[in-house]
Amino acid sequence: MNITEKILAKACGKKTVQPGEIVDANVDVVMVHDLTGPLAVEAFRKIGVSKVWNSKKVVLILDHQIPAESVKMAELHKMLRQFAVEQRIRLYDVGEGGICHQVLPEKGHVTPGSVIVGADSHTCTYGAFGAFATGIGSTEAAAVFATGKIWLKVPEAIKFEIEGKFPEYVTPKDLILYIIGKVGADGATYKTAEFTGQTIRDMSVAGRMTVCNMAVEMGAKNGITAPDETTIKFLQTRVPKGKAIVNDWKSDANTKYKKTIKIDVSNMEPQIAVPSSVDNVKPISEVGDVAINQAFIGSCTNGRIEDLRVAAQIMKGKKVKAGVRALVIPASQEVYSQALKESLPEVFTEAGALICGATCGPCLGGHIGLLASGEVCVSTSNRNFIGRMGSPEASVYLASPAVVAASALTGKLTDPRKLEA
Amino acid sequence: MSLIDPNELAKHAMEGLDPTFPEKAASGVIAVGAKNFGCGSSREQAPLALKYAGVKCVLAESFARIFYRNSINIGLPVIECKGISDAVNEGDELMVDLDKGKIQNLTTRKTLQGTQLPPFILEILSDGGLIQNLRKRMKQK
Repeated sequence: MNITEKILAKACGKKTVQPGEIVDANVDVVMVHDLTGPLAVEAFRKIGVSKVWNSKKVVLILDHQIPAESVKMAELHKMLRQFAVEQRIRLYDVGEGGICHQVLPEKGHVTPGSVIVGADSHTCTYGAFGAFATGIGSTEAAAVFATGKIWLKVPEAIKFEIEGKFPEYVTPKDLILYIIGKVGADGATYKTAEFTGQTIRDMSVAGRMTVCNMAVEMGAKNGITAPDETTIKFLQTRVPKGKAIVNDWKSDANTKYKKTIKIDVSNMEPQIAVPSSVDNVKPISEVGDVAINQAFIGSCTNGRIEDLRVAAQIMKGKKVKAGVRALVIPASQEVYSQALKESLPEVFTEAGALICGATCGPCLGGHIGLLASGEVCVSTSNRNFIGRMGSPEASVYLASPAVVAASALTGKLTDPRKLEA
Repeated sequence: MSLIDPNELAKHAMEGLDPTFPEKAASGVIAVGAKNFGCGSSREQAPLALKYAGVKCVLAESFARIFYRNSINIGLPVIECKGISDAVNEGDELMVDLDKGKIQNLTTRKTLQGTQLPPFILEILSDGGLIQNLRKRMKQK
């Protein structure tokens, strides 16, 4: 069995499972946020049970539109706070957490081998820690609140074998964009995307999170990397004492995969997802002149300290191009705090970028950083659909933090390797 | 996205594709889509908007997985059917046998076979959605 099958087998109490089999899995953590939580709470009330099955396994996070920008949103936040108190559930409120997919691993809710479901597409991010993690809807989350279980069809798996060392300024974001461009937005539909190879083993937790985060953009049910020493090192100071971090979740050597795709990153260029689908990916040298109005560094895809460091290194001592709005949004309070210790906000502020508090913000065109008609944004986020960041007549290009930082300085899509010193 | 009243959501159903969709759907329609229907959405608001706009059932070549699960869970039948988008034109009358996954185009007299849903999913749909199904099962305990 591969690692995903092993996790699902344990979760449903079976020795083995096969692709196509429908299993009833025990859930270790279920998460909802401020946009999916309200519907989940409403649905939960209709089921007719008074308490969630296990209050320690439910996590509520306010992140997408915080702090509340409208009375409507404020009322929804209030509803979630009341639910958290009533059910004694952990709620990460404004100032306590940040973006859900950053907060869950930071605060020790994710361990290898666990089954995590969240009412958000990018829940697949936690596969970076060797967990089975997948997105579900609000009603489904309510059913999990009540029963602690979820039915799942065991997916077939596609193995991605990644080898080679990244050239300068080519990053995990470029790798995953390249992969999505290659297989297509439905190229991995309903499948496990298992990322293996030396490049993955050498990759930081932050990089693995970026890669797994975007697995859903090729239709995958889950993205996953095997846990190892790197994973343990990140988690050991965060997981509650007494909770085991089991490291030996690995795919068997003789596992059969639906498909194996080999990728060598040694000569990879920075990749860009051009409007308006995530699989519309081109190497930056083929994109041509694109003037931008907004540059956004942040989101669950690339809002970590490693991402801010790269951006700061490129922007240090330089100025954002006049007429361009550069937004830098750390993915969590912890990331923001670390950035302050490293004096990164000073670099961004001096350059003329606006730093916002940890939130999803512009990624989904929710409450800040929206685009007007005809505007162009280059973004480190994960989706560029029509209307994603505001006006349906605006365009979004997806790229790595290095590309976005370089582009903010020149006012157009720029290869960071070609930036003048 | 801050809307949770389904009737409000319905007014915006498919507005990016066809702003008159809510009007057309009001009399009771079957939505027919191509590949990867529902791509880019984990939000239950998507199938809710369709259901409350009057869509009785969604047929497509293929579905994005979270949209598919969400539709079933709110009681909006979804059937995967290869060849469906070429076999149907706007305005055609269709008859769908949900149990068998069979689709009849009464206008062209063509029949297509879609994927048959497993019994427990058919039960969720006939109960009106996951919550209703769960309520029923909890009462039975």
